[in-house]
Amino acid sequence: MAESQKKSFNVKEIREQFPSLRQQVYGKNLIYFDNGATSQKPQVVLDTLNHFYAKENANIHRGVHYLSQMATSAYEDARKTIQLYLNANKSEEIIFTKGTTDAINLVANSFGELLDKGDEILISAMEHHSNIVPWQMLCERKGCILKIIPINQKGEIIQEEYDNLLSNKTKLVSITHISNTLGTINPVKSMTTRAHAVGARVLVDGAQSIQHKKIDVVDINCDWFVFSGHKVFGPTGIGVLYGKEEILDKMPPYQGGGDMIAKVTFEKTTYNELPFKFEAGTPHIAGAIGLGKAFEFLNTLDMEAILQYEMELEAYAQDMLLTFEGLEVIGTAKKKTSVVSFAMDKIHPFDIGTLLDKQGIAVRTGHHCTQPLMDFYKIPGTTRASFAFYNTKEEIDIFISAVEKSISMLS
Amino acid sequence: MTLEEKQQDIIDEFAIYDDWMDKYEYIIELGKDLPKIDEDLKTDDRLIEGCQSRVWLASEFKDNKMHFTADSDAIITKGIIGLLIRVLDQESPENIAKSDLHFISDIGLHEHLSPTRSNGLASMVKKIKMSALTQLAK
Ligand SMILES: Cc1ncc(COP(=O)(O)O)c(C=O)c1O
Repeated sequence: MAESQKKSFNVKEIREQFPSLRQQVYGKNLIYFDNGATSQKPQVVLDTLNHFYAKENANIHRGVHYLSQMATSAYEDARKTIQLYLNANKSEEIIFTKGTTDAINLVANSFGELLDKGDEILISAMEHHSNIVPWQMLCERKGCILKIIPINQKGEIIQEEYDNLLSNKTKLVSITHISNTLGTINPVKSMTTRAHAVGARVLVDGAQSIQHKKIDVVDINCDWFVFSGHKVFGPTGIGVLYGKEEILDKMPPYQGGGDMIAKVTFEKTTYNELPFKFEAGTPHIAGAIGLGKAFEFLNTLDMEAILQYEMELEAYAQDMLLTFEGLEVIGTAKKKTSVVSFAMDKIHPFDIGTLLDKQGIAVRTGHHCTQPLMDFYKIPGTTRASFAFYNTKEEIDIFISAVEKSISMLS
Repeated sequence: MTLEEKQQDIIDEFAIYDDWMDKYEYIIELGKDLPKIDEDLKTDDRLIEGCQSRVWLASEFKDNKMHFTADSDAIITKGIIGLLIRVLDQESPENIAKSDLHFISDIGLHEHLSPTRSNGLASMVKKIKMSALTQLAK
């Protein structure tokens, strides 16, 4: 994108680009506050998917023919767009995966092969199940030890405890950039620096940060950064593993198949170079191209202004919610954005969620795939409203009166 | 009243509500009225773990009839349990095993019985039917 192109942020204009926001459910205008689960898609992404299947559909990296070359270059252009967006050094450092979960499993399986019995892996107490279970599986397989960095009641990682846990046994630290349940923004840059000081590698789970914040992987200096396309206004079934070339080169392939090989004989197969070494089989071509388009769309927006706006939305919703008696906001970190989770004394989240749904408001209720975190707060689950830049204060006002109505019905 | 008549009864009761919130208001009232399961019957083997809400179900067989009590930590789930129990309680295992609980979708609540809703209700109905079948097999 040309540097001169003006970046802007105007909610009304943005909303017009998201057709799914313009609909009614149960006779009410839809208010979509479930962006933590997945985001809605702008028209340009929908058009791109349609155009690909209508005009460019072919397999990539294998054909001499016209369409295959079109598809291959569109796919590789998407990789380039994402590389530039993340400020990665090389497009070879961008691996397409199915999503965050797939990317973490790739690292756990591949980098995991380089680990030994007794090596330690650190994760925080606020991780999503997909940043817990792959490491538990690795520990079972290789005899590594999983250690949990504790959090305080506000939902912030206790940094002194992190420093205490770091040692020369620590080989990997895997932490979420922004918590999907609490909204906490973790200081991943400083945590990365401290992990590197003891020789550990760092994976940042960006599933909840990529859509809210400008990401610069060189600045964070993490070894891997992973996210899902569907949470950042792109299609489902596609995601990204960014990894430093130096470490990706050392990692053995994860899955075997077509595209990831240089030469196959029955005696010995040699592997393709990056990024193809990690992209076995026909990838989600349309998804990758659609995701590239989602980032082109983000490139036209002022991400600084968006972060500011979303923090305001979150603070506004949180302040209003706190006026209800018996309501507790779960996650009150000093640095948080876009997510407000709450629990009530005598009211079950499922009940509130069901009544909000019937009032046209989509929220998520339950444990949000963070059961250990729910155990920490000793609650069965929360009601979570999660915002994107297309949400408005007016929507929050409607949400608050719907919460009020629900509480009065349930009390 | 036959099982079918009980279903029709509920359908008629719900016919007066054309607004979702009124319908739920009524379900919530039913939930509040439902006699709670005995606290010491709330054991893990009677617990049906849903992802969203939890349900406890206790069943008994007496005088050739099935008897159910149940509870949930969510009040809407509890209200729907109340409806299910109203239809199925004091019925013979034969009737329960062959019952078609169409009233749930007739009153627009089928989403709550979908296994993907994971509020424990779908598993509860399955458990009720299983307990009837178990009786029949005895
Ligand atoms: C913090 C975090 N990590 C990982 C994931 C998993 O993402 P996906 O299901 O797209 O692989 C999510 C999604 O809910 C998330 O919020």
